[in-house]
Amino acid sequence: MTATDTETRPDEVRPVKLGAVGWARWFWRTLTSMRTALILLFLFALASIPGSIWPQRGVSDGKVAQYYSDSPELAEWLDRFWLFDVFKAPWFAAIYLLLFVSLIGCVLPRTTAHLREMRRKPPAAPRNLSRLPQHAVLDADLTVEEAAGRLRRLRFRVVTGPGWVAAEKGYLKETGNLLFHVALVGLLVAVGIGALYGYRGNVLVVEGDGFANTVATYDRYTPGQQVNAESLEPFSFTLEDFQATYIAKGEKRGQALDYAATLAVTDSPGAPERKYELKVNEPLDVNGTLTYLIDHGYAPTFRITDGSGQVVLEGAVPCLVVQPATFASECVIKIPDARPEQLGILAAFLPTTVPTAGGEWTSIFPGTANPTVQVYGAFAGDLGMRNGVPQSVYEIPAEILKKMKPLTMKADPLAVGEKLDLPGGAGSIEFTGVKEWIALQITHDPGRLPALIAAGLATVAVVFSLTIRRRRVWVRVGDGGAEAGGLTRTEGGDFGEEFAGIVAALNHGSNPGVKDAR
Amino acid sequence: MPAEVDPGLAALSDQLILATVVLYAIAMIGYALDLAFGRARSASPAKTEERSEAQAAEPALVAAGAAAASAGTGTAAAPAEAGRSGGAGSGAEKAPPSWVMRAGAVATVLAWIGFAVHLGSVLTRGLATGRWPWGNMYEFVVAMCLAAMGAFLLMQLRYPVRFLGASVSAAAGLGLGYAVHSLHVEAGPAMVALNSYWIAIHVSAAIIASGLFIVAGACGVIFLIRHDAADHLPTRQELERVAHRAIVIGFPIWTFAVIAGALWADKAWGRYWGWDPKEIWAFITWIVYAGYLHARATAGWKGKAATAVQLVAFASLLFNLIGVNIFFEGLHSYAELPD
Ligand code: HEM
Repeated sequence: MTATDTETRPDEVRPVKLGAVGWARWFWRTLTSMRTALILLFLFALASIPGSIWPQRGVSDGKVAQYYSDSPELAEWLDRFWLFDVFKAPWFAAIYLLLFVSLIGCVLPRTTAHLREMRRKPPAAPRNLSRLPQHAVLDADLTVEEAAGRLRRLRFRVVTGPGWVAAEKGYLKETGNLLFHVALVGLLVAVGIGALYGYRGNVLVVEGDGFANTVATYDRYTPGQQVNAESLEPFSFTLEDFQATYIAKGEKRGQALDYAATLAVTDSPGAPERKYELKVNEPLDVNGTLTYLIDHGYAPTFRITDGSGQVVLEGAVPCLVVQPATFASECVIKIPDARPEQLGILAAFLPTTVPTAGGEWTSIFPGTANPTVQVYGAFAGDLGMRNGVPQSVYEIPAEILKKMKPLTMKADPLAVGEKLDLPGGAGSIEFTGVKEWIALQITHDPGRLPALIAAGLATVAVVFSLTIRRRRVWVRVGDGGAEAGGLTRTEGGDFGEEFAGIVAALNHGSNPGVKDAR
Repeated sequence: MPAEVDPGLAALSDQLILATVVLYAIAMIGYALDLAFGRARSASPAKTEERSEAQAAEPALVAAGAAAASAGTGTAAAPAEAGRSGGAGSGAEKAPPSWVMRAGAVATVLAWIGFAVHLGSVLTRGLATGRWPWGNMYEFVVAMCLAAMGAFLLMQLRYPVRFLGASVSAAAGLGLGYAVHSLHVEAGPAMVALNSYWIAIHVSAAIIASGLFIVAGACGVIFLIRHDAADHLPTRQELERVAHRAIVIGFPIWTFAVIAGALWADKAWGRYWGWDPKEIWAFITWIVYAGYLHARATAGWKGKAATAVQLVAFASLLFNLIGVNIFFEGLHSYAELPD
């Protein structure tokens, strides 16, 4: 924040004799001084750097987990300093809170000072105008009234006295400056509102399936502290279709050209259904709760029977993309209801399958030109799901797999409609078709609009504050002739050019070709 | 969005950019000759202050401005030269040989031609792909160099800033060389996420602001390498003034670019701010430039200190462009680096 320097006040030089009040005042002065604000500003920037170096929780949880498994001890130490949660760290909060307190402490007194300034008349002309940075001799026949009128026409604020005119303009600079800083505080408040009263949820939906906006349907749900689970916007939708198109040939073969999901949306229970085409950059908006398409992948469908001949799974299995360029994916199927033993199946899904020279198979294109499923591990035994330790649906932990009985370790790829019989009558796996899944992020952030308004205000205000200069011009009219002097109260650029224009305007009553202040 | 790319236009764009590099290189040599053999400048601050006061109410300044403007068109180099070196004592100096004056003027002409060819390359790339021509890092760097050169040439029309020609054309030429050599990807459709009108708003603003910051950065670098003694290089005051002016214009544009980015992120990623690496470094850049403006306006930092702050901000701008795209993985990874 801009402020007159307070660093050299005498009571700061001798803090020894200060009482509690004195210390508090010293602390407040130091905190709200320009230099402290600058230091805090730079610290704020410096403090955010670790957030770009180490993976952050909530942004890339997977990488944080990776860090823990690669170098657990280092990760533990990093975590102790909140380096995986930089923007939620107490030291980070300390910096920006101090900065904003410093800013407020600086803005308030300046606002009152500015309000006083705005009501004050420009100061009377100094005795010797030729001592001013800008000075010019005017036509001798100029009168005080003429000079005042001409300066007013240049939008100066003018007062006159016996034989002199004082004029000032550029008050908007300080107004802009103050508004800018107030807007920054507003921005912080808006972000805070969003964090407290907003929520974010993530969910994966397969073609044909529905979604209803309740906490229970989310795969991951991150509410603000003040969010009430009942207050979620009660909309729902069905994912009718998902389409992705890719470049078919050339150097960029396989790059996505476009993708879109067709949703049948019901804005609230009982409301008529409407269609919405959900795309990247075009989120679904239901009364300020936004649904974003953030990822997609394949969900092959299976019919799986167990050793007793029962159909234990009939439907789609979302698979994780392992090769984004070709959408080669990995599927994990857990069937805890299979008899006589539970089944665990690992399979690869290849949308466009071709054999490799080494006798393996690979995918060469993200579209489904030749989709296959290759079971590379089918296991019977205890999936370990009943011991209370939560498991990811996309993974069977290695230590559990080790205890299970391998049935098939490498099968030939199955085309749609083909079936693999597990050895020993343990059941069969039929690949019945291909669906796609989309990953959605659903957010509600009541701070969005206030943040936008604050940011817009800050931008406009900073332009005022940077481009306008406070300038004063005086005219003295006496027996010997007339003269003008001027100065700017803030430095930067040269006032000379504008002053020359003002002089011309004073002399001729018009200002040919002179631009107003830059 | 059309998937079809016009290969002829794309190839033309690639050739035009090579021609641009050559033109900028020659322009740089011309500007450098002008600097090396032009009038020596005095670094004494007293003298320059005196000068600006003396000039204030006099028509001399207007004359200098007009001369600079005509220098932009490549004629009347001599008065521009006079305007440039300001009130540096006249008697003590020899007039520079006439071919040197021509070197500066020729450089200006070449820089303008280079700029036009450069613009042509950007336009043909856009026409070839049927989209805004800044959808990957190659195109972004090319556009940024165009903005830097454009900012310098426009400034030169109004102010006597020819002394910056050598460093700005060198920076633009090197930037283009780097883009062509290390970043070039075939013209083609952009990533799906970039199919939005926001690219015209957000990225264009980032490009223009970066162009201005490059001009300021060039001033900063000359500031640091120039000696205190009389020198052929521009005075420190001149350098600071030009840098300050470029940043004063660039800073609000940068602010706007970041806000537009946040608006776009709100449409594309489901949040307007999420501390993605690119966001972090945009924020750092913003803060340090804000710090520079504050330091100058109120803490009264001048000279070396202010220039150092400016250069730190510039370094973080460059790091955001190059370092973040290459080292960090984030949502903002549209850079499409060649493999
Ligand atoms: C808060 C959000 C955002 C911020 C702060 C931000 C910041 C920036 C900055 C500073 C640049 C300048 C280039 C550089 O120095 O590398 C840039 C470039 C760019 N931005 Fe953003 N941005 C945001 C959101 C977005 C979004 C949502 C998109 C698109 C979906 C996007 C697409 C681009 C592209 C294509 C470029 C061109 C350069 C490149 O490929 O790196 N930005 N952004």
